[in-house]
Amino acid sequence: MSSVAGYLGVAFLLFIIGAVGVALRRNSIVVFMCIEMMLNSVNLTFVTLSQVVGNLDGQIAVFFVMVIAAAESAIGLAIILSVFRSMRSVETTESSQLKW
Amino acid sequence: MVGNTDARIALVLLTPLIGAIVSYFSGRISRRLSATIATLAVVFSCFASLSLWSELDSGKSFTFTLGSWFSFDKLQLPLQLVFDRLSALMCLVITGIGALIHVYSIGYMADDEGSPRFFAYLNLFVASMLLLVLGSSLPVLFIGWEGVGLCSYLLIGFWFSNPDYAKAGRKAFVMNRVGDIGLMVAMFALYTATGTLDIHDLNTPDRLGQLGSTVALIAGLGLFLAATGKSAQIPLFTWLPDAMAGPTPVSALIHAATMVTAGVYLMARMHGVIELDPFVPALICWTAVATALVAGTIALVQNDIKKVLAYSTVSQLGFMFIAVGVGQYWVALFHVVTHAFFKACLFLSAGSVIHGCHHEQDMRKMGGLMKFMPATCAAYGIALLAIAGIWPFAGFFSKHAILDSISATTNPYLISYASCLGWSAKGLAVLTALYMARSFALTFLGTFRGTGHPHEAPLLMTIPVLTLAVLSVGGGWYLDHRLPEYLAEVAPSSVHLAHAPLGVGGVVVGSLPGILGLALAVILFLIATDLKDAIRKLTAPLEWMFAGKYFADELLNFFVIRPVQLAGQVVKLIDHSIVGGSVTAVGQISRTLGELARRSATGQVATYVLLMFLATSVFVGLFVGK
Repeated sequence: MSSVAGYLGVAFLLFIIGAVGVALRRNSIVVFMCIEMMLNSVNLTFVTLSQVVGNLDGQIAVFFVMVIAAAESAIGLAIILSVFRSMRSVETTESSQLKW
Repeated sequence: MVGNTDARIALVLLTPLIGAIVSYFSGRISRRLSATIATLAVVFSCFASLSLWSELDSGKSFTFTLGSWFSFDKLQLPLQLVFDRLSALMCLVITGIGALIHVYSIGYMADDEGSPRFFAYLNLFVASMLLLVLGSSLPVLFIGWEGVGLCSYLLIGFWFSNPDYAKAGRKAFVMNRVGDIGLMVAMFALYTATGTLDIHDLNTPDRLGQLGSTVALIAGLGLFLAATGKSAQIPLFTWLPDAMAGPTPVSALIHAATMVTAGVYLMARMHGVIELDPFVPALICWTAVATALVAGTIALVQNDIKKVLAYSTVSQLGFMFIAVGVGQYWVALFHVVTHAFFKACLFLSAGSVIHGCHHEQDMRKMGGLMKFMPATCAAYGIALLAIAGIWPFAGFFSKHAILDSISATTNPYLISYASCLGWSAKGLAVLTALYMARSFALTFLGTFRGTGHPHEAPLLMTIPVLTLAVLSVGGGWYLDHRLPEYLAEVAPSSVHLAHAPLGVGGVVVGSLPGILGLALAVILFLIATDLKDAIRKLTAPLEWMFAGKYFADELLNFFVIRPVQLAGQVVKLIDHSIVGGSVTAVGQISRTLGELARRSATGQVATYVLLMFLATSVFVGLFVGK
């Protein structure tokens, strides 16, 4: 049981680090990595709980999340790249023109 | 009435219609070709009518159904044409005189670049008029009725580059629309009461019995309003004189021979409905007398030769409506026919005069044209004697019949005024002779007062004019004994007129008003011109009123057009402020809200993320709390 608490604790920690990173960091690549970290914390939770209840559904969900994360990172990096091309910067505070 | 199906009726109607299209497009090749095609189309239609007419025995009629128009509720409306004796008479007048006018137009419009358009309109006009007289039901008649209105608009405004002419066309169109409302109201009333709009069916005693007294009054007044529009009676008469803006053959065709007779035709066709309430014929009669008097006195002071003829048309239409009012429809139609002869002749002669004087219409700049254009002068003179009602010219017979029919009236509203009506009509006949003789004296007698060299019209123009002059001589005498019996079954008169052959005394007495008018004109305009000037000085206020056309346009303007415009302004104000305002307000509100909501978007990713976390927490909290 204690190992389960440890896994969930790590996952929680990862999620908090990710969330705080998304909220506070300005470099969009770091923000992006933080998002990945949050996704992975959720993955860890899925796997752990799947083991606990003895059901493979959670592990299957992880595959979906990973596939989607891969697609998301491809798109996200492309956006960051094109923002960098026009702005010469990847700071999130710099690109505030995309409103209205 | 037995109706035999006969496809020749369609031929009568469709030839001018197709002619209109073909002549318009053939104008691209040659203007002469287009004129010839248009003329031949009408001539052909005339022959088709003649061949049908010759087979038309008593109590017989031909019908032809072009197809079904629409069916609605219990109303089955076929596009059906009926050729009975009344239609036959009208068709012959329309196509016969129409053909002569077409021939004349070839000469008159020879120099006009737009003549293919002109001939196309003329043909379309003839086709509309034929549909009007051939339609078996009121809605079919109404198509022709509207078509005639449209063509008159197109033809009056033919020289549309002159804003005044275009305006005259518009005026005719709008005034005719006012009359059309009457026809529509009458149709609605009749349909509601009887469930049919077939003209023959409506005039059967069974159907007439179905009409209540209110419906009969509404329908009768509606039909009369329609007739006042087309036939230029008070209060809708001012468009006709303005309609002289069109080329002169148009004036002859539309405003003498055909279009204006549509009202009389409608009255004769719907005689059963009109007679149901005796108030309607009485109103028609008094309106007609007033119209004839107003128009006749205005004609007395006009200087434009076409305007004189226009007002005389209005005045003669008054005579026809007097006959309608006293219930002698054949007499009204008799005057329609004879009037078509002599008025077309007068208009075409006037056209020759205008053509010969290089587009001068002012009679003060004419005079002495007798020696320049003898043929035209002779035709005008004959037509003048005809319109004045001198024996043996055509107008004598029809006017005499009108005077006869007045004294035979049995209308309870009119019977005690019969002698008063009779004397008014005689006075009007004197007036007619007077103003027509004045125009003759000013145009053809005396010395030439204009500039340039007037010349006689080409043969293409004089032949139709002289043909019409011959008809103005013999037409009345020919029809006098045939028409009453011929029309007895389609337009029965409420009272039978004792139609004895006239003796010498009758001839003299009957011609007396005309002779009196002519004599007066000779004295005033030829012999004692000092006397004329003295009278003019005495009657200056009257002349001022006549020359101002009784200020009919101004009165209409003040009492009808201005209030309508004012109401329009008020409605516009309401529309803009209340209706438009509320619509704009809805848009403005969402704009303002959007403007406020826009402020929440800062463009800072951090803010969005924070909000997202907050929102997610709230939702998660909500779900977990549940």
